Amino acid sequence: MNRQIRRVSVFVGILMLAVILNLNWVQVLHGTSYRDNAANQRVALDDYKRQRGSIVLQGSGTAISESVVTKDALTYLRTYQNGPLYATVTGFNSILYGNTEIESAEDSVLSGNDDRFFVQRLTNLLTGRDPRGGNVLLTINKQAQTAAYQALGGRRGAVVALDPATGAVLAAVSTPSYDPAKLSSHSTTGIKKAWNAYLNDKDNPLSNRAFTETYPPGSVFKVIVSAAALKAGKSPSSVIAAPNALTLPGTSTQLRNFAGEQCANGSTDTLIHALTISCNTAFAQLGMDLGTSRVRSEADLFGINDSDFTIPVRVAGSTIGPVVDKAALAQTSIGQRDVRITPLQAAMISAAVANQGTLLTPYLVAEEQGPNLATLSKATPQILSQPLSPSQADQLTTMMESVVQSAQGTGQAAQIPGITVAGKTGTADNGPQKADGTYINPPHAWFSGFAPAARPRIAVAVFLENGGVAGNETTGGLAAAPVAKQVMQAYLSSIGVKGN
Amino acid sequence: MARGYSPNRLPTRRNAELGYIVFATLVVAAAEAIIEITRDSQLTAHVATYALVALATGVVANLAIRRWASYADPLLVPCAVVLVGLGLVMIHRIDLGLAQQASDAGRTYQGAGAASQVVWVVLGLVAFLGVLLIIRDHRVLQRYAYTLALIGLFLLLLPAVLPASMSEINGARIWIRIAGFSIQPGEISKIALTVFAAAYLVAKRDVLSLAGRRVLGIDLPRGRDFGPLLLAWLISIGVLVRDKDLGTSLMFFGLFVVLLYVATERISWVIIGLLLFVGGCYIAYQIFPTVKERVSVWLHVFNYMQDQGYQLSQSLFGLGTGGLFGTGLGGGNPDLVPVAKSDFILSAFGEETGLFGLVAILAIYIVFISRAFATALAVRDSFGKLLVTGIGFSFGLQLFVVAGGISRLLPETGLTTPFLSYGGSSLLANFALLALLIRVSDAARRPPTTPPSAVTTVSGPVPVPDRDPAGPPTGTLSTGGPA
Repeated sequence: MNRQIRRVSVFVGILMLAVILNLNWVQVLHGTSYRDNAANQRVALDDYKRQRGSIVLQGSGTAISESVVTKDALTYLRTYQNGPLYATVTGFNSILYGNTEIESAEDSVLSGNDDRFFVQRLTNLLTGRDPRGGNVLLTINKQAQTAAYQALGGRRGAVVALDPATGAVLAAVSTPSYDPAKLSSHSTTGIKKAWNAYLNDKDNPLSNRAFTETYPPGSVFKVIVSAAALKAGKSPSSVIAAPNALTLPGTSTQLRNFAGEQCANGSTDTLIHALTISCNTAFAQLGMDLGTSRVRSEADLFGINDSDFTIPVRVAGSTIGPVVDKAALAQTSIGQRDVRITPLQAAMISAAVANQGTLLTPYLVAEEQGPNLATLSKATPQILSQPLSPSQADQLTTMMESVVQSAQGTGQAAQIPGITVAGKTGTADNGPQKADGTYINPPHAWFSGFAPAARPRIAVAVFLENGGVAGNETTGGLAAAPVAKQVMQAYLSSIGVKGN
Repeated sequence: MARGYSPNRLPTRRNAELGYIVFATLVVAAAEAIIEITRDSQLTAHVATYALVALATGVVANLAIRRWASYADPLLVPCAVVLVGLGLVMIHRIDLGLAQQASDAGRTYQGAGAASQVVWVVLGLVAFLGVLLIIRDHRVLQRYAYTLALIGLFLLLLPAVLPASMSEINGARIWIRIAGFSIQPGEISKIALTVFAAAYLVAKRDVLSLAGRRVLGIDLPRGRDFGPLLLAWLISIGVLVRDKDLGTSLMFFGLFVVLLYVATERISWVIIGLLLFVGGCYIAYQIFPTVKERVSVWLHVFNYMQDQGYQLSQSLFGLGTGGLFGTGLGGGNPDLVPVAKSDFILSAFGEETGLFGLVAILAIYIVFISRAFATALAVRDSFGKLLVTGIGFSFGLQLFVVAGGISRLLPETGLTTPFLSYGGSSLLANFALLALLIRVSDAARRPPTTPPSAVTTVSGPVPVPDRDPAGPPTGTLSTGGPA
């Protein structure tokens, strides 16, 4: 019997070996994929045991999001200072609904899971110090952000401001906003309640109008058509066709100017004047004369190329659409038809003109820090493209100055005493026209500009969904330009720029 | 017996056993301390409690063995003590997790946990002492083989006959629930049936090893001898289908086939047994949708993540999160796995102590099981050999089925991990089996009491077939008569 008993014991040994080999397979070879499975709550629960890093405004040093110790099971509670003011940028950090915006894009740094913390984690393990996450320093300027939020005043809209010389995002606001603290609390019932309230709000506070929504830009797009014209050899004083009505090729549709107005003499106008008063027929004809490829490639250079990008939060791709025929090109050239851009993209248009024709890649994170405040990475400005030469950019600046500063300009509401402002208004139809000439959806109001015109420090785009409060009577000049003015003024005074 | 009478008598090793027990206790205390420091940064009385429970269990067992089985193998009890202690600590740790889950949801946790497990450990120790005291010679058990078989079968089949309200917990009908108590009779019947199988096979081994025809180089047994195997097969397939309990079915049949093999020394029984079992499982799979569903959940667990596959997928997440080194005791979330305290306690260890910790625990079992097989090799009577082989093999198979179940090597079963898992019936049964092991290993290692002249005529343990299963108990073994 002993021989058989030995064999049985060997057999049990083989069973044990099989189990151990399988455990190697499950725990080591496949361990990472099991650990990172979306249905595995362990990683999320674990994150709450570690102090998440802070989101800090680089300029003022203000922590707008930080984690504080509680007595709950989830040790650390995420708190937000002026939550609704910064929600567009910070996003939320919710146990139920995950992370959004910077909380999501910079999660590996904030949570401390980033591979660059490996040595730090090892040291913590040895020294017994509690591990914690790193900090993220944002480029957001407190004054510009606050001014933008207040000027929007809860209307559905967005403001994005950029430093044209670096691409740093100075302000990014989408209103009406939400309070990320309500979605980042430890009460699951509270989170669900807030979430459902936000979802059912007809103003849709959770949508990020600054970065991830696209809208027809209307006349703001004329800046790009102007740029294409300057590149094609035109100058601000070039005379272009500007009829009172333009029959779109291949259709019986007549394209007219805003409120049926006449641009100059009823047949021609100068390029600079056409932009100043935002003459539709002139730009529709100009776009058709330039041709689809010139308009499209210029838009592409300004960043409108239909592809999403990250700054590091996700930004929806802007597009001019398919442009199927000449009629479509005419409508595209005044920012209608299938043109859709984000408010950030609108700010990039002005920023490129302001920065002597060089467009810098927008960025929101100035610096990433380890838990010990050591710098992990610092942002360096990156050139995205060169839509214009410096001299062409100067010419376009003069034209945009005229929009704000001249007596006939549509953007006069953006004027700042003592400072020359350049810009372009937009009033974008977004839905079918009714019999009486009004629209079912009031038009969107836009303004995109920069200041001071001679030595630009800030480029800003303002977007008001369905015209904000002015409704059908709205124009970019009426509704959006004053918001832009307040943002630029607040920022320039915060950095000590008093005049030209 | 006179002291110093035999110049080559084995040392009893009881003090070494005590030393191992103290070491086991320190391991338990350290584990609990780590959990408490990790979770609350402070130590509580629990550190002492569980270590003391483990120590007291071990010391009482040690004293009893000194008195009633002084030559028993010194590693068996320390292995059991460290496993029971670590089990208590992990059950307590899962209690903490569940209590926190409950408080987060605004409830209070009222499940039974480490405190009631302590009670079961004490009762298990009583069972251990009882078996050790009552059964002074394991060969006596042969006399009650058929009585035990009837009791075992009755207990095994009872849940299948009882209404579901009295037998079903979490979908498996393997329980008897009376007046708030629930026991798993399969655990008790496992002992009875192991004893029966050993006794029966010792009595019938000559008949069963008679060759029938030789086919493809394998000596097939005679057709008329298939009876017992077929009966065992029918019962185990019945358990599989009726109780949806693959684990017990596999345990029962595997045990019988292995003992049949050891008793008859013929591999043909194993081959026939395997073919029967695989065929039976295949037929059950084809006919019964519940069996099919279980297999489907096993193969595609992540497609059933929200319902039938929830437990297994949570277990895999835990094991994966633990990785090589684990999250540290108290640092993981093993309470996310449903019923982690009993069936899935190994995945809790896998998560918090990692692959290293889990393999260390398996190593303790391997030591324990190897001591059982060593005892089987050393003991001189056939019944003792079969009995201890059966016990060792059932521990090994059970561990394989459980560890394979939590890591998706095998379909899920409802079996517990010996000594480690929460559960009264399981602890009682395993302590009783431990006592049987101790009893047989004492017999195996006890030096002969006959005069030295008789000893010298026999060199080493000689396996003499025991042809008198109903023979009178002799109290002590002698090398003279049939051993």
